[in-house]
Amino acid sequence: MPIKIAVASGKGGTGKTTVTVTLFHYIKENITSKVQIADCDVEEPNSSIFFDDLKPIESKEVLQMIPSINTDRCSFCKKCVDYCEFNATVVIPGVGFAEVNSALCHSCGACLYACPEDALTEKSHAIGQLIKFGNNQETPLIEGKLKVGSAMQTMVINHLVNDDWLNGDIILYDAPPGTSCSVVSTVSQANYIILVTEPTPFGLHDLKLMIELVRKLNKPFGVIINKADKGFEETNTYLMSEGIEILAEIPFRVDYASSYAQGSILKNIPGDINAAYSKLISNLKNKWVHYA
Amino acid sequence: MKIAITSTNNSLDSTFDLRFGRAAYFCIFNTEDLSTEFIENKNVNTKSGAGNKAAQTIIESGVSRVISGDFGPKAKDMLNKFKIQMVMLDDDSKTISSIIEQLKSNNNYA
Ligand code: SF4
Ligand code: SF4
Repeated sequence: MPIKIAVASGKGGTGKTTVTVTLFHYIKENITSKVQIADCDVEEPNSSIFFDDLKPIESKEVLQMIPSINTDRCSFCKKCVDYCEFNATVVIPGVGFAEVNSALCHSCGACLYACPEDALTEKSHAIGQLIKFGNNQETPLIEGKLKVGSAMQTMVINHLVNDDWLNGDIILYDAPPGTSCSVVSTVSQANYIILVTEPTPFGLHDLKLMIELVRKLNKPFGVIINKADKGFEETNTYLMSEGIEILAEIPFRVDYASSYAQGSILKNIPGDINAAYSKLISNLKNKWVHYA
Repeated sequence: MKIAITSTNNSLDSTFDLRFGRAAYFCIFNTEDLSTEFIENKNVNTKSGAGNKAAQTIIESGVSRVISGDFGPKAKDMLNKFKIQMVMLDDDSKTISSIIEQLKSNNNYA
């Protein structure tokens, strides 16, 4: 069984993706070469921009089965409307109109069960795709991408995190920002959760929401303080008072940040950043004994 | 013809509701006999598809025009399908009766 680690943060801008990608490289060098990233930010997947050497090599569609109503058979009884918890079905008897709104349908199947006339049949709709990025030797990144206009983030994420393309020893889930259902879908499938935060009042506010969420899910977690040299001590104080483990404090270096953009994350890594990640790796190694 | 106005409550002195799918009530104003009727929006607290559902209520009540603050994409699609005109108004301090008076005086419901 692979070890699955979700990297999540509150709102965007904490450097979650750069932390995920850097961690990926450190794991590869220090723990196992079989590490993969699943980019679960399906609305705006962007991990691939940090991998110059990878190309999309294969993709598959994520399909959702959505019922459609055959109005020749339909008696406009509206049973399907009563059964649909998501208000996806619209039946207007007077004008002979009956339709399922595919953007609202969650494929629960209740309407199929409810219909006395057998007027509903399921049809498959593409709601997104999974894209495998790789080179000649390996496929370290799988991206989930939601089709524009679809609201089925969680369905695409569930397909992604359970896909057999993810077959490494360690899988890093790059979670979507925020505390939405999409985040829950991502982190609830992980063995361990890393929360990335920025030491600012806003960052702390978001972090508290995330902590509340992962505690509800009853998942083991730790925190990485990114851009840690901002002089905002409340984050550390809060985490200590709550007995939450600080996995690493990563300082901010402008010149180094620009090398991210060029995809050369591990080249010329400043000593203090290297030290922070090395500490993180040894911290995680100790934990993974329990999950492996 | 019938015009629907989104309302925060069920009387003429209620204020205008800017939300369409999650409006508290729909006031249906009949321009022929100048009658009004309030329909409760049972889906105010639904978790998804409130706009789609509200559009269905509007369509079923035989309305040709809806006045509200804003319409979501799904409500818009549905109302468009039935050629129901959408009018946006952004003043939530107005009462339903003042909007109706304005409609009458403009006679702008031909
Ligand atoms: S499958 Fe479920 S969500 Fe979809 S239309 Fe039928 S009842 Fe609604
Ligand atoms: S339950 Fe079946 S017959 Fe009744 S309105 Fe829905 S599709 Fe038509």
